[in-house]
Amino acid sequence: MDYNRFINSKIKNTKPSGIRKFFDIAGEMENVISLSVGEPDFKTPWHIREAGIDSLEKGKTFYSPNRGFTALREEICRYFTRRFGVDYDPQTDVLVTVGGSEAIDAAMRVVIDEGDEVLIPEPSFVCYEPLAAMADGVPVIIETKAENDFRLTPEEIEEKITEKTKLLILPYPNNPTGASMSREDYEAVAKVVEKYDLFVLSDEIYAELAYGGTKPVSFASIPGMRERTIVVSGFSKTYAMTGWRLGYALGPKEIIAQMTKLHQYGIMSAPTTAQYAAIEALKNGDADIEHMREQYDMRRRYIVKAFNELGLTCFEPLGAFYVFPCIKSTGMTSEEFAEKLLYSKSVAVVPGNAFGSSGEGFIRVSYSYSVAHIKEAISRIGEFLAEMKQ
Amino acid sequence: MKKRLLQLLQENCRYTNEELAAMLGTTQQEIADTIREFEQAGIIRGYNALINWEKVEGSEARALIELRVSPKKDKGFDEVAERIMAFDEVEGVYLMAGDYDLAVFVKGETIQDIAMFVARRLSPLDSVLSADTHFILTKYKSNMTDMQNLASDKDERECMV
Repeated sequence: MDYNRFINSKIKNTKPSGIRKFFDIAGEMENVISLSVGEPDFKTPWHIREAGIDSLEKGKTFYSPNRGFTALREEICRYFTRRFGVDYDPQTDVLVTVGGSEAIDAAMRVVIDEGDEVLIPEPSFVCYEPLAAMADGVPVIIETKAENDFRLTPEEIEEKITEKTKLLILPYPNNPTGASMSREDYEAVAKVVEKYDLFVLSDEIYAELAYGGTKPVSFASIPGMRERTIVVSGFSKTYAMTGWRLGYALGPKEIIAQMTKLHQYGIMSAPTTAQYAAIEALKNGDADIEHMREQYDMRRRYIVKAFNELGLTCFEPLGAFYVFPCIKSTGMTSEEFAEKLLYSKSVAVVPGNAFGSSGEGFIRVSYSYSVAHIKEAISRIGEFLAEMKQ
Repeated sequence: MKKRLLQLLQENCRYTNEELAAMLGTTQQEIADTIREFEQAGIIRGYNALINWEKVEGSEARALIELRVSPKKDKGFDEVAERIMAFDEVEGVYLMAGDYDLAVFVKGETIQDIAMFVARRLSPLDSVLSADTHFILTKYKSNMTDMQNLASDKDERECMV
């Protein structure tokens, strides 16, 4: 049977993620040391798991309200005021979603009309471009530059603005580069957003993982931006809760109401057990965040130094749990490098171009691993580089 | 920084000063000085390998002896503890709160050796009131380490993010 007749052409023409490819190869090999995953290596802190278990024991196994439990929405708003100084109304400004990803998808579909241009800074996580296209938008890529430590500048935005530009994606702290935007960086971006009357989708899923004395900043906290921004965040990276699949969107009530409609028809409601666990996380999880951040920070300093000493230069990333070393000195493309490294030394990294063509010449390295693991991987990469030189 | 340095050393005392300095965001000199301070202050008492003796051929038997002892007027438990510590068979001595006073970890070539050591050397000591011997079968976790590699350390993360 020719299934092509039945398959939507937009979906058919969407390429599968370039990250997946390396996972699949690595998955079939023995003794692979991976530096490629994009999720915490910590287990969800016990008191949070216990809250989930407790809810199950009490038989709390029903749907939650479409928007998410009121108690959770209240805790999310309290948290946002406490950590970022931005106030949201739990009744109208919050939607609890199945991971940050659903919130990104819903936000795009609510904001974008056919032909609207969506500005997407790259390198960045692989979902924005296909989701914008799926929502009938036209993705317009902004290539951020290594010399700016992959931060987004107002000039780069202005260069790409046309009459059709509607939405700007802000993927910071950034996967895969580890770049983060300071308050000043955001203020400069805000001026352009205001000038051209843009809407913003700020993906702040890694916001709590900020290092080097930098404080997490939400784009919504920049004056004038709260009313034109959808903030997407979640529990996965902050509390090591990836498998619980829980995220949320915060924004103006007019937008959240439309997103809630979409969510109610497509998803119904986010997982109930996960929501009970998340309430506990927000109430009593600040120390866990601190502990995990300290651990990541040690690894971050260790790995940045190690790559720079190997001659694969990388800037000091101040967010998330990735470093983005430059491999141009080896004369190889990102894919060649990643493939040869995997086959000759069984070390898995992700080629930078999987996150957009501006990632060419770089590799994404995750430090969401123990120091012992990182140390072994680094020593194998050292051997690899030495052999390549011969 | 100091507490985190100790935690790192406890995790792996073979980290080089250079690695420690990188992880803690300080200089090698600072690390070297701080470690020396710890050694001089008796905070760091040594650097041991964590050995799973059960895997070593011809390895020894081990036991935990619960001792009830009568403390001495001036020296409390210190005097008897010091005597017990002096035996080569004794690996560890802890003062406990609860049903007994001293937890004594003992090794010997065989279970008989340990039993004889308790009967001939420990029990006859003046202040020892009673000795209860428990033989150790397996060390699952010791010094924060999974000694038998029991816990599945397989990395189950395989999502594309």
